[in-house]
Amino acid sequence: MFTIVQKRHWYFLLSALFIIPGLVAMTYSIVVYGSPVRLGIDFTGGALLELRFEQPVQPAEVRQIFVDYGFVGTTVQTTTDDQTVLVRTKQMEPSTRQQIVEAQRAQFGPVEELRFESVGPAVGAEVTRAAAIAVAVAALFILGFIIFSFRKVPHAFRYGACAIAAMIHDILVTVGLFSIACLVLGWEADALFLTAVLTVIGFSVQDTIVVFDRIRENIPKRRGEPYETIVNRSLLETIHRSLATQLNAIFVLVALLVFGGATMKQFVAVLLVGLMSGTYSSIFNAVPLLVVWETGRLVGRVSKDTVPA
Amino acid sequence: MRLMKNRNIILLILILLLSLVAIYVDINNSPGIHVAGIDRDFEIKQGLDLQGGVQVLLEADLPPGEEIDPQAMEQASRIVGNRVNALGVTEPLVQTQGARRIIVELPGVEDPDQAIATIQETSLLEFVDAGYEFLPLGTFVETTYPLLWSDGATTQDVSSTDLVPTPTPGSEVTATLPITPAPSQISERVYATVLTGQHLKAADAYRDPNTGQFGISFELTEDGAQKFAEFTTTHADYDQQPYYYLSIVLDKEVISSPHISSPIPEGAGQISGDFTLEEVERLAIQLRFGALPIPLRVEAVRTIGPTLGQDSVQRSLRAGAAGLIIVLLFMLIYYRGPGLLADLALILYGLLNLAVYKAGWPVLLLISLLMIVSYLLDRRDTWPLILGALMLLLTFVLAVSGLVGVTLTLPAITGFILSTGMAVDANILVFERMKEELRAGRSLGPAIEAGFSRAWTSIRDSNISTLITCAILYYFGSRFGAGAVQGFAITLALGVIINIFTAIIVTRTFLRVAFDWFGDKLAASKLLLGT
Repeated sequence: MFTIVQKRHWYFLLSALFIIPGLVAMTYSIVVYGSPVRLGIDFTGGALLELRFEQPVQPAEVRQIFVDYGFVGTTVQTTTDDQTVLVRTKQMEPSTRQQIVEAQRAQFGPVEELRFESVGPAVGAEVTRAAAIAVAVAALFILGFIIFSFRKVPHAFRYGACAIAAMIHDILVTVGLFSIACLVLGWEADALFLTAVLTVIGFSVQDTIVVFDRIRENIPKRRGEPYETIVNRSLLETIHRSLATQLNAIFVLVALLVFGGATMKQFVAVLLVGLMSGTYSSIFNAVPLLVVWETGRLVGRVSKDTVPA
Repeated sequence: MRLMKNRNIILLILILLLSLVAIYVDINNSPGIHVAGIDRDFEIKQGLDLQGGVQVLLEADLPPGEEIDPQAMEQASRIVGNRVNALGVTEPLVQTQGARRIIVELPGVEDPDQAIATIQETSLLEFVDAGYEFLPLGTFVETTYPLLWSDGATTQDVSSTDLVPTPTPGSEVTATLPITPAPSQISERVYATVLTGQHLKAADAYRDPNTGQFGISFELTEDGAQKFAEFTTTHADYDQQPYYYLSIVLDKEVISSPHISSPIPEGAGQISGDFTLEEVERLAIQLRFGALPIPLRVEAVRTIGPTLGQDSVQRSLRAGAAGLIIVLLFMLIYYRGPGLLADLALILYGLLNLAVYKAGWPVLLLISLLMIVSYLLDRRDTWPLILGALMLLLTFVLAVSGLVGVTLTLPAITGFILSTGMAVDANILVFERMKEELRAGRSLGPAIEAGFSRAWTSIRDSNISTLITCAILYYFGSRFGAGAVQGFAITLALGVIINIFTAIIVTRTFLRVAFDWFGDKLAASKLLLGT
């Protein structure tokens, strides 16, 4: 029989390796942008402009023109190639925008406006509020789901707490890696980012509950076996399902990431990372954590407790 | 036993028929259904991000606390709609959102500035010489303005109009309110414009102390007064048949057709008639502020270039196809015989989803009916009945709200593709249970049944929780800035619902029929079962 829970300390270490850099990035982001990930105009309001030039341009030079018109907070970065730039700036009048684009044209030659988005501060504030409500409702629902699932289990609180710990793990991994991507790749969180996070959290909690359910079923059946062994057995019994299901979801997401259009890449990437983290945390965090709590031992005992299947 | 076999065959035939319906809906250039009063084409509705275009969010430009008359908002949205139509865009969308907002979507428009200019264009209020012709409310007319109009004719700012009265000068002009609006009529005559909104100085509602009737009093500018005096003196009919009409036209749409009852020399007049207080108040506001009953400002704009969308669709579809093939192969290799049947069910799943996107609730109706039939044929489990009933309810809600089909956006396509990957979850749960039962020594037939019935609670729980996530996301997506989220939530939720049908009812029927036909041979083959 494979031993999984017995090697738990290694899994915690691996999780920490992912989470700590994310936490650092999030802390840095809070200091710099005021939020753990850089927020897009969906939340903050402002304008976003994608320009395509016929010749390579320097983002700094493009930016200077915006600054000349008084838009000091403008950021400019190249996207797919060095001819296409993404400009983030404040909301502006259409006439001002036309003037600026004209000025760009005068300096860099023909330019095409690929995308223009502008969001008023009121709409941004509203989306932020709706996001907060969505997160609160989701948290309540997940808590309710967990309480309901474990209402008849001894030590229900421990099961619930471990499921929540796994969920927090997934949030930290997903948001943390996204935060790094914001700093390194210039990504920013839009409404779809939150959608991806909420979706994967739902899946992750489900996954955890499936394993916990099986542990609950097996405890009365396997009296006399050490707790660690029962848990390990339950894990192995459900791991086929967890892995098979997640693998299929991961297949399609990887396909989307590799072959899909550029517009959805961030969204798909967050879903993918979240899904993988969710699978990992159910198997390698939630369950081992439960064992730590029940047995009081962080480091597993491989040799002694293992009973051949 | 024989009875059972027949039931399985009946269900199989029904499932095949449903597949044929789905294929008929799904094929490119599907001929649609045009019989017995039903007239429906099956087309995929592409969202703005796929076609490219401009989306504009307009918000009432009033203090936040101020209450907004929903009717006035509807009216403003209709006027915006009229203006947008002038852009010649195919299938523009104009709809109110919440109490204060109007969303305008203009597929294919590339220049946001032009679109915004058209929407915000101050509208044109005209008083036109209709002669002895009574123009019903809602008629669209050609007028001579600005062609035969020399003096700085522009228009009023923001204001709007609906059913309203006519201007009458200082004395008594009677407004004849058309009682039956005929909105689609278009007159071919070209009417002479007598005055425009810019000649109007003031307009107020009043109540005649003698008769108790409501009316509008108005005042014209000096220039306007002169023109009006001239016109009314020559054309007044003094309340004699046939009446001479001076219609009020807003953005070329007749909003009122009063007749002139006396000359109005001083530039101050009244419009009287059989009005309610509400009507006159609204008219007064419209005359004062222009065409939109509520001033609107642009709150947000989104432009998507057409190439970006089309490119992304092609890529997403290719990615989806690649993902689907991997999933099909995985199921086949990992679960063998049952995997093959699950693959067939998964293909049906894709066909049904697409059919719902194209044809909307009627497809859901068929699925829910089939759920209920499956219960009637085999009453061992009650959940197909409950689910069928719930789906029927959903179908009913969709049908009543007139929702036909799903508008596909990139997030919606992503939601569908993700749901395809998740769709096999139910099958996997069942097959894993089946394998456990087989290992525990059960024979194949009971193992199949036990697999389905014992996996059901897990399937139910995971689907319910996904549906709740979708509901939360749908709420979140109801905000304008998060609109993209809704498409994702809808296709994912639809996927969950349809998946319960294909992964359980359809796969189970396939498995039962296969077992009835090949029974023992199947059980003997480890290769086929993948155990």
